[in-house]
Amino acid sequence: MSGVFKVTEQQLKKVDSILENSERGDLIPALQKIQEEIGFLPKEIQVRVAEKLNIPLSEVYSIITFYALFSLKPKGKHHINVCKGTACYVKGAERILQKLKDVLGVGPGDTTDDGLFSIDVIRCLGACGLGPVITINDKTYARLKPDDIPRIIAKYKDMGTKDFEAVTQPREATV
Amino acid sequence: MGMITLTINNQKVEVEEGLTILEAAQKAGIYIPTLCYLKEISAMAACRMCVVEVEGAKTLQAACVTPAVDGMVIRTNTPFVRKARKTILELILSDHPFECLTCERGGNCELQRLAEEFNIREVPFEGERTKMDPDVSTPSLVREPEKCILCRRCINVCSEIQGVGVLFPNERGFKTFIGPPFGEQLGNMPCALCGQCTLVCPTGAIHEKEQIEDVWEVLDDPTKHVIVQTAPATRVSLGEALGLEPGSIVTGQMVAALRALGFDKVFDTDFAADLTIMEEGSELIKRLEKGGPLPLITSCSPGWVKFCEHYYPEFLENISTCKSPQQMFGALAKTYYAGKSRIDPKDIVVVSIMPCTAKKFEAQRCEMVDSGYLDVDIVLTVRETAKMIKQAGINIRNLEPEEYDAPLGISTGAGAIFGATGGVMEAALRTVYEMLTGKELEKIDFEAVRGLESVKEAEIELPDLTVKVAVAHGLGNAKKLLERIKNKEAEYHFVEIMACPGGCIGGGGQPIPTDTEKRQKRIAAIYNVDKNMPLRKSHENPALKQLYKDYLIKPLGEMSHKLLHTDYAARRKY
Repeated sequence: MSGVFKVTEQQLKKVDSILENSERGDLIPALQKIQEEIGFLPKEIQVRVAEKLNIPLSEVYSIITFYALFSLKPKGKHHINVCKGTACYVKGAERILQKLKDVLGVGPGDTTDDGLFSIDVIRCLGACGLGPVITINDKTYARLKPDDIPRIIAKYKDMGTKDFEAVTQPREATV
Repeated sequence: MGMITLTINNQKVEVEEGLTILEAAQKAGIYIPTLCYLKEISAMAACRMCVVEVEGAKTLQAACVTPAVDGMVIRTNTPFVRKARKTILELILSDHPFECLTCERGGNCELQRLAEEFNIREVPFEGERTKMDPDVSTPSLVREPEKCILCRRCINVCSEIQGVGVLFPNERGFKTFIGPPFGEQLGNMPCALCGQCTLVCPTGAIHEKEQIEDVWEVLDDPTKHVIVQTAPATRVSLGEALGLEPGSIVTGQMVAALRALGFDKVFDTDFAADLTIMEEGSELIKRLEKGGPLPLITSCSPGWVKFCEHYYPEFLENISTCKSPQQMFGALAKTYYAGKSRIDPKDIVVVSIMPCTAKKFEAQRCEMVDSGYLDVDIVLTVRETAKMIKQAGINIRNLEPEEYDAPLGISTGAGAIFGATGGVMEAALRTVYEMLTGKELEKIDFEAVRGLESVKEAEIELPDLTVKVAVAHGLGNAKKLLERIKNKEAEYHFVEIMACPGGCIGGGGQPIPTDTEKRQKRIAAIYNVDKNMPLRKSHENPALKQLYKDYLIKPLGEMSHKLLHTDYAARRKY
């Protein structure tokens, strides 16, 4: 990720207060709360967690990379969830995901270098009748074909420079 | 504790409550194959090799974690069990490189042994393969993640026994690999390089960085004067590495074998261990007189020193400024010995035979050049040394014992016991007592600091002072001891810490497998070596007396400071 991302003083204070009230055994809930604050879990934050909870950094990283809900990179300005629940899967979610990877050059759990897009795979949005389904930010795209993807992405790229509410928490960032 | 009765393969087995099926079977002499399980270290049920049929259970049960219960009916050798185990093995092998012929652990690999046992002739599964480059970033250890079977033994020993926790699983599912975080190399991590992971790895996924070829090269170079030193613990483990009984003492045969390999002189690290006692004993007396910094902590174990630099920099002023015996030897070899034997130190190559992987790192530390050259050039583990001896066609059983060369091969029993936990402490006490009181020590054996108890304590009465000492072995135990000292829950004058469980006899460069039973045998052997030495106190070593007379003048003198002492610096923890 080439963009500059800086955790703000205010966020750090919140992280510290979360860790203040946590113990060794609270690693996962503490990480969840921190990710809610910052949107992802950069290395400097992991070091802080390791230090405060007296857990090896390797173990903190191990937990973070094991659970899909934790993210090592900030989410993109436009966050894409690709449903791979049973119905969407059967209706070709894999091809939709492949097309997204081709167009954006990144896969699930990753963010494009310009910080505009990130992709995650999720299980069932409860819109099985409309599969295959993806969501971008809070908008749902249904009954997709791979060929629809470039057009949709292009639309968000145009929006990219305009004021658009990011899915993640507000952050002090130039991307 | 109550007894329970279970049936294994139609055999009634009575065992105490609280065992697993595997332990119960072992007690009854019934073999169940295991791969990830390692007694005292790991019972993860990760590999599933130990599955057995338990009557009433819907699926096969992993014997290493399933509790044995009264009345249980177990079958360990049915067609279903055999087929399941074989399939499990085939699946593991489907993502394992077939490089057994060129693997560091070829011939001593648990996976290879099981493949043979199960008569695997082909692997029916073809699929994705793990692709990861070897990590050669440290002077001590090499990681080969493609050979890793994810058994997690190294993780348990690194975290639970050593309290370090550098190795953990990363990612999940097929992408899982064991290693440092953030895709880092081991060389960038706060790893002590103790090599305990190499002792427990069932395959060749983590092992020492071999330097056998480097040694052959200098031995074949007629312009080089190649000398070798043997660490205290090697004389009770090299034989084991060559197929003798654990605890075999092969001091004289080792000397003969090394001479036969072509070393110009065969010297003994025990000599330098005696020297360490002179210097460190004097340092202790000086610190006791000056009032600190106390406790004085030993510095012989390079894994411990590196651990302290990463995790406990506040204790660095407590660590003795004495170099380890290996490094003292190197510094003297290229100065004192070079001068005495009129050999240009640039032509001298110092090779060490060590029970240790961290010694390879220590020899490369940038401070270790006080002789004007790299004090120690090449470090071999006991395992590598055994390979060289085999390669040369030398059978240690047929060798007549030979004597070390003088003067750097002359030593006392005090030097020998450096190889076991508590040994440095005991050797130091033998000398410090006599130095301070001027009286002969009545009882030379300090039993209180011997043995495998995690932290040992003792008090020694001196004329004006009761000296309180503590001994910890294994970095996990060291950590507990340091925390107590830090929190002022305990106070000592002198502390011995060795990075590996059992001390150097359990070092990361020792024969595989190394377990508690083997550690005990090697410890017993090393105290026998001590008992049978004509001299058992470092300060009585005649070669040392000569060294001080001719060259060093006095302990902690100017020459000692230049050649035998060093300093330490905090290293990154993250």
